[in-house]
Amino acid sequence: MSNIGSYDERLGNFSWSISEKELGYKPGDVINIGWYCSDRVCQMGKASKLALIHEGFSGVERRYTYNDIRLASNTIGAFLRGLGIRNEDRVCLFMDKIPELYIGFLAILKIGAIAQPLFSAFGDESLYVRLSDAGTTAVITQKKHAPKIKKILERLPHLKHIIIVDHDGKTPLREREVAFSLTEAKPVETLEIFETKAESPSVFHYTSGTTGQPKGVRHVHYSLISQYLTAKWVLDLREDDIYWCTADPGWVTGTSYGIIAPFCLGITQCVLDAGFSAEAWYRFIEKYKITMWYSAPTAIRSLMKAGDEIVKRFDLSSLRHLASVGEPLNSEAVVWSQRVFGRPFLDTYWQTETGCIVISNYPGMEVRPGSMGKPFPGITAAILNPSTYEPHSSYGKIGLIGLRPGWPSMMRSYWNNEAAFQGKHRNGWYLTGDRARMDKDGYFWFVGRDDDVINTGGHLVSPFEVESALLSHPAVAESAVVSKPDPINLEVVKAFVSLKPGFEPSKDLELEIMNFIRKKLSPLAMPQEMAFFKSLPKTRSGKLVRRILHAKEWGEEIGDTSTLEDD
Amino acid sequence: MDDMKGVILNYVKKEYLEDDSEPINFDTPLISGGIVDSFSMVSLKRFLENKYSIQIPDDQATPEAFDSVNKITSLVEAFIQKKG
Repeated sequence: MSNIGSYDERLGNFSWSISEKELGYKPGDVINIGWYCSDRVCQMGKASKLALIHEGFSGVERRYTYNDIRLASNTIGAFLRGLGIRNEDRVCLFMDKIPELYIGFLAILKIGAIAQPLFSAFGDESLYVRLSDAGTTAVITQKKHAPKIKKILERLPHLKHIIIVDHDGKTPLREREVAFSLTEAKPVETLEIFETKAESPSVFHYTSGTTGQPKGVRHVHYSLISQYLTAKWVLDLREDDIYWCTADPGWVTGTSYGIIAPFCLGITQCVLDAGFSAEAWYRFIEKYKITMWYSAPTAIRSLMKAGDEIVKRFDLSSLRHLASVGEPLNSEAVVWSQRVFGRPFLDTYWQTETGCIVISNYPGMEVRPGSMGKPFPGITAAILNPSTYEPHSSYGKIGLIGLRPGWPSMMRSYWNNEAAFQGKHRNGWYLTGDRARMDKDGYFWFVGRDDDVINTGGHLVSPFEVESALLSHPAVAESAVVSKPDPINLEVVKAFVSLKPGFEPSKDLELEIMNFIRKKLSPLAMPQEMAFFKSLPKTRSGKLVRRILHAKEWGEEIGDTSTLEDD
Repeated sequence: MDDMKGVILNYVKKEYLEDDSEPINFDTPLISGGIVDSFSMVSLKRFLENKYSIQIPDDQATPEAFDSVNKITSLVEAFIQKKG
């Protein structure tokens, strides 16, 4: 029997108080995610239970019990306080998937500060935009990533501390840098936990839109209520599970379900901090006897590409439940996983803004391969007419996925950007920006984005951000960026550029521009393909028309071109 | 061959290492070691194709084949020989 039991019965008698009761929370109480994920688990008699097994690049393993996590997060928290960091200060985590990332996240929350995790492959400009917007006070990072911060330091006057967790003690520390070693620091037995309440801010995750700069999604400590219950019912996490969430905590899955959910449930989780290879992943599952595996379609399709034979070389019989997130999971991947692992990957749907899974397939419920599943109990989802923002009155029609705000982990605002926040709401619905249809049995089926945002490997890339970065290359006069279909990553970035006088298209220039974007923004944002044009399609008023380029890439009708300027 | 290894190693150091004091050699795991991620592999493949005037099909540009300078060199050598 799964944790959720009957989905239909849960729908009938659902209340978020189920989660509150299980977590021992009453409205008005102090609620601090850092405490719930460490101290409370210890108080429940699980202090000596393994919380985290971490395997690094070189195969070196580090193990932490829940008491270790409690002490280590106390220790980092005390260190941050000692630097003068206070509640609601923004503290960025800019690291690989090392233990200090997971523990540092809890430490920041324990002292009431706001955790701002950022993907460690971000280039200096991506980093600058996000640190600048958040007014970040401190960054916790590794020696290898510090040079990127150094490049932008002059432009970040509010950034007071760069905390290096692996400083070798030999090279001199630079301006604003301070060394901290978790292994050498004296463990702090008692830390005064900041008394955060339900609406106290907890986490900022940055997300990209079609236009404008990335937006800081503000979550609060009460999000725990949703993250706990969705992990329990959708991921079906149980006391004796060995859980592996492959997401990087630089993104929301890596925090909601890679840190908060497993730790608040007192589960043992494993982390592999190494690049992708099918062999390494299967070996990891076999070695640690993973039982619950939460991954992404891009990874699943890469495993499919590696073939069925390699699967047979490993004992993967420990796996009992698989789920996927990040982008629509194609039906072929569901069928393939049923064949090779003996169970399907269940697709889950949610966003940075929603903070938790909102539409999903559930253990025990019929899986319709390719479907997103049904709304989580307590969450109202609908397919909206894009003109009226009212739910479609009949099944099968394509429309916008709308969600009624009100569940615990829904974002509370975009940081410093009320207009963008309001723009995401219409007629009492939160607009996800995704299009779908619903069948007569209430299953949702993903159709596509409603905007130009590119979903590559489960991560959103803003065409505007890439276009702006392209324009800062000395050879580029104009730029346009669209998605291009990709069999592994769903979509990849394709750039169209026209060059300034004196520059000629060449393969070397193309590579130079690709690397320029990779370093400035991130590998995800790097155009995987480029095309050079004398000029780009624009309206007579000079506005870039991406839709024509997009339609060509996707083999779609180009549509009305009457408003375009003449060549 | 040694020259090719040196060229590729230098390119990896220049383009993909954030901290140039990190020691890497011809056998250092690049993909599984997290130095070059799967998205960045596209630019490394493009560099090899431009530099050595070859075409590496996507199905042969695997994380395993790109996992060290030595492995990349073997792959490139094979394509150069094929080209004749």
